[in-house]
Amino acid sequence: MRESDLLPRMHWLMNPKFRIWDLHCHLSGVPGLTPEERLGQLLRYADRVGIERLCVYMGMKWSQDPAPDDFRKQNDEVLRAIAKHPDRAFGFVTLNPKHVAESLAELERCVANGPMVGVKLWVAKRCDGPEIDPLIARAVELKAVIFQHTWFKTTANYPGESTPDDLVALAKRFPNVPIICGHTGGTWELGIRAIRDQKNLFADLAGSDPTAGITEMAVRELGTERVIYGSDCGGRSFASQLAKVHGAAITEAQKQQIFQGTLRSLMNPILKAKGIQA
Amino acid sequence: MNRRLFLQSTAAAAATPLIALEPAAERLDVNFATGPWPFRDLPQLDGDSLKQRGITQAITGSLEALLTRDIAAVNARLAAECAKSGGVLLPAGTLHPLLPAWREDLRRCRDEHAMKVIRLHPNYHGYTLADPLFADMLDAITDAGLVVQIVAQMEDQRTQHPLVQAAPVDLKPLHDLLKAHPKARVMVLNANAAMITTALRGCASLWLDCAMIEGVGGIENTLKAWPAEKLCFGTHAPFFYPESSLLKLVESELSRTLLTALTVDNARAFLGRV
Repeated sequence: MRESDLLPRMHWLMNPKFRIWDLHCHLSGVPGLTPEERLGQLLRYADRVGIERLCVYMGMKWSQDPAPDDFRKQNDEVLRAIAKHPDRAFGFVTLNPKHVAESLAELERCVANGPMVGVKLWVAKRCDGPEIDPLIARAVELKAVIFQHTWFKTTANYPGESTPDDLVALAKRFPNVPIICGHTGGTWELGIRAIRDQKNLFADLAGSDPTAGITEMAVRELGTERVIYGSDCGGRSFASQLAKVHGAAITEAQKQQIFQGTLRSLMNPILKAKGIQA
Repeated sequence: MNRRLFLQSTAAAAATPLIALEPAAERLDVNFATGPWPFRDLPQLDGDSLKQRGITQAITGSLEALLTRDIAAVNARLAAECAKSGGVLLPAGTLHPLLPAWREDLRRCRDEHAMKVIRLHPNYHGYTLADPLFADMLDAITDAGLVVQIVAQMEDQRTQHPLVQAAPVDLKPLHDLLKAHPKARVMVLNANAAMITTALRGCASLWLDCAMIEGVGGIENTLKAWPAEKLCFGTHAPFFYPESSLLKLVESELSRTLLTALTVDNARAFLGRV
């Protein structure tokens, strides 16, 4: 059967009934001199494509291995941005497992005693080693959502860049803790297979080209409840990443689950603990 | 903010983007393809699939052309496939200048298949834009009255199959080439923002498509530095979800006039239909 036989006419029109939360947003690559201006710009575009909430992490200028002063500054910028738009944006705290004590202090400052609701781990150190465990353990106590960047690059990963295999190793040590596999490993045919059997890992669709089939394979192999929409804006457009869900050959109910349902279920415990209604 | 308030507060913003989604009498996709992809089972999109998405015509290349040496058969199959589409799919034949007798393929494209467009894949066929044979081919295509699409890249290098890696085409020679061949009508497909702002900077006679233009508000931002009459709507489907480029038209704030330029007028100008 041809694909065209399966589709209702003009199916690609955005369904305004969808509630869309974006798991994966940044303040870099966005016009604006201040964090507040940049988040305002992101929201202007988010409004145009029907996105209700943004999860924001990392500052206006990144480094792959930020020193404590650097990641504190980046977190300050996110705090400023979300303070301006508390009804539209959630903040995740950026940590560096090479600096455990300082990262734990940031968890206290930004999550335990601040408004942030999640943890972002990037490329300073691969996540398979035990150094990261205290950060995960404290994040769990705080009910924070945990997000780990991953890639399987044909062209070679950065030295500290985790693969989905590394994340599986971490997830095995915390089998009851949900952890999000950032980018689904980028090369998603590999990433999905890598995390399939580790049921506490969730797939972030963000930040790779909108290659047809990513969402269908993720749903087929992981189940809809383990798949989450995200964009990786401002480096990526909302459009190309939304298309992975809007354009997928799955049901409307499955799209809604990916656009918001799964992320909301992961965030509910901390939102409830903080008294945040969303 | 609850859902009701969100919808109310964004109602004004939402009203404008819908312009981009209105059914249009004409909407041209300059970057479509048919045929199998060696590494993935792509969706079987056809002319009807595009029409359902509001796309009325698509310049269509063949994915077979990347790795198949019998390029004459590839072009013949493409022409036959497009002929079944009721005019929706416009075939773009492929030439491979390192194959013997490529000029005969050009003749067949024009004389036997009535093709108007040639699509080139230098990075899969093993030549550069600085090679003299590329200039020869550009002249031959131009003399034949056809226009040229150069595909800068098919996919992100980071996700390519490890045994078939093709670096993006080096587009820097185009600047001087276009000056030396002023009658050539050339479009680059799948250029990204970095290519546009570096290698292609100043290539005023060149057309581009938006399939791989990324970044939030990507089209809007590209048009700050690229002429509005030289950017076209292209999807890179079925490799990409076609909704990606359609939604880019929504995400960027574009006037109705600009939308028409991107989705109709500029492609028509490239094809010489003005």
